[in-house]
Amino acid sequence: MESLDRATRRHRWDTRFAPYAYVAPYFLIFGVFGLFPLLYTIWVSLQHRNLLDAEGASFTGVDNYQQLLADPYFWNAMGNTLSLWLLTTVPQILFALGIAQLLNRKVRTRTLFRMGVILPNVTSVAAVTIIFAQLFGRDFGLINWVLELFGAGHIDWQAGTASSHIAIATMVVWRWTGYHALIFLASMQAIPSSLYEAATLDGARGWQQFWRITVPLLRPQIIFSTIIATTGNMRLLAEPLLFNPGTAAATGGSDRQFQTAALYLYEQGFTNYDFGYSSTIAVVLAITTIIVAGLGYLVTKRIQTD
Amino acid sequence: MTAVLDPPAPAPPAGSRSRVRRVAGRVAGPWAYAGLIAVLAGSAFPVYWSLVVSSQTPDAIDSVPPVLVPGGHLFENIARVFDTTDFALALTNSIVVSGTITVSVVLFSTLAGFAFAKLRFRGRNVLLLVIIATQAIPTELGVIPLYMMMSEFGWAGQIHAVIVPGLVTAFGVFFMRQYFERAIPDELLEAGRMDGCGSLRLFWHVAMPAARPAAAVLGLFTFMQAWNDFFWPLVVLVPENPTVQTALSTLASGYTTDYTLVLTAATIGTVPVLAVFLLFGRQIVGGIMSGAVKG
Repeated sequence: MESLDRATRRHRWDTRFAPYAYVAPYFLIFGVFGLFPLLYTIWVSLQHRNLLDAEGASFTGVDNYQQLLADPYFWNAMGNTLSLWLLTTVPQILFALGIAQLLNRKVRTRTLFRMGVILPNVTSVAAVTIIFAQLFGRDFGLINWVLELFGAGHIDWQAGTASSHIAIATMVVWRWTGYHALIFLASMQAIPSSLYEAATLDGARGWQQFWRITVPLLRPQIIFSTIIATTGNMRLLAEPLLFNPGTAAATGGSDRQFQTAALYLYEQGFTNYDFGYSSTIAVVLAITTIIVAGLGYLVTKRIQTD
Repeated sequence: MTAVLDPPAPAPPAGSRSRVRRVAGRVAGPWAYAGLIAVLAGSAFPVYWSLVVSSQTPDAIDSVPPVLVPGGHLFENIARVFDTTDFALALTNSIVVSGTITVSVVLFSTLAGFAFAKLRFRGRNVLLLVIIATQAIPTELGVIPLYMMMSEFGWAGQIHAVIVPGLVTAFGVFFMRQYFERAIPDELLEAGRMDGCGSLRLFWHVAMPAARPAAAVLGLFTFMQAWNDFFWPLVVLVPENPTVQTALSTLASGYTTDYTLVLTAATIGTVPVLAVFLLFGRQIVGGIMSGAVKG
């Protein structure tokens, strides 16, 4: 009788409290090292606070925010972020669609090709950026050598705004296109073949079928990819940092010509040790990311209820 | 973010998928193969180039026309990397960091994912919503307070500082939850309950064995992400105690860059993740194609 009682009690404990024990590790660790810092950033952004002088921290309200809105370097960084967003997102989606279309045929050794397209995505951003920086080198870079073969001359990739953005965009596009291509491929394979058969009977050829059937049916995935690419772009840091490694790496080029917003955050926080100001940038960047992602989500929802 | 709010439709079972392809898929012609081979070459070239440079002497890199085939100086250059920098320490650190993070993420995600998918408890939906919502905000943006905490704990410059924040991921919990929802029928768990199994035993004897395929995919992705992580290690570690990625950045930022040396180090640092990729490429591709992976 008593043992039965104990079993019931244990059972009750098990169904009531055990689940909390199972999810607790996640919430404990994430709460302390993920969520708390994110929220605390807001508090730090309202202070003048320097890494080297923690005692001298003082509450200054929206001071940092006013300074940020009038800061030409910040707007320069936001402009570069926007430019890189355009230069990366559009080619990524277009190339990915094309590659997915190629992979969606009966291809021999298809695992090899699929692994091939995703290879860039598994390599480390640091290694890849260093490799690309070398390929884009001014004097001995392979890309300039090829350009010269075609008489296009020498480009100092890092020096110009447009050229440096193109070089950095190339790295991002190279690294992420295959990922999006596989996402598209998965949905392409779920499109019923009867749609294409009907289109063929109606006289629609390959190109028309692609734009009239494939792309519209892929719209949710295309928007998903656009959002992923956008949020990724908002925290673009390693590529501009390592494109021009050296003492002034954090400024993103001598004229800040390729400094992104995330890199500016890094510069303020970890080369100027201005923790308050850096946190302000983080907060503004987080808000921008949420707005952009939220807009994307609303658009996605709308398309699906059409 | 939307990966979570709106996961792409689950892929149909392998059998039916290949049947669809057999009907729908046009056979690839020579142009399609040419295109795919071009894509393959473009994907692989930078990695190949890094290998080429790391097997040449330093002056080969300035040669016109550039060398495009590997030379015989790879081991010499590798030795030089280990002589000039503490790359052995960087590799050890990276292995410890990635290994610990992988084991921990897989374990805790499986545990929490099981609870969210198969156990009933008050607040379950709210808690799950919190996990989904936190995926939306890049945690890198909390980097300043996180750094302040680490200095407070005296962890700055040490690899704990990299390991501990990575021990759990929202993505992992959500991923395992999605898997358990489909993989384990409720009847099976009820039967287990009737036999007197507690939830921990159900987890261990029913859920864990069933979770193996998903846990393996999650482990692969977690390992790669942890190995390749750059921003936070760069912030919190010091050059004397690096991971592979921060060691690369230090090497690349010297006053005069010895590209052969840097690219050799980059090659060495890519080998572990490349090995994992070559061994488990099929699972990795499958994981991405089922819409599982967030960049």
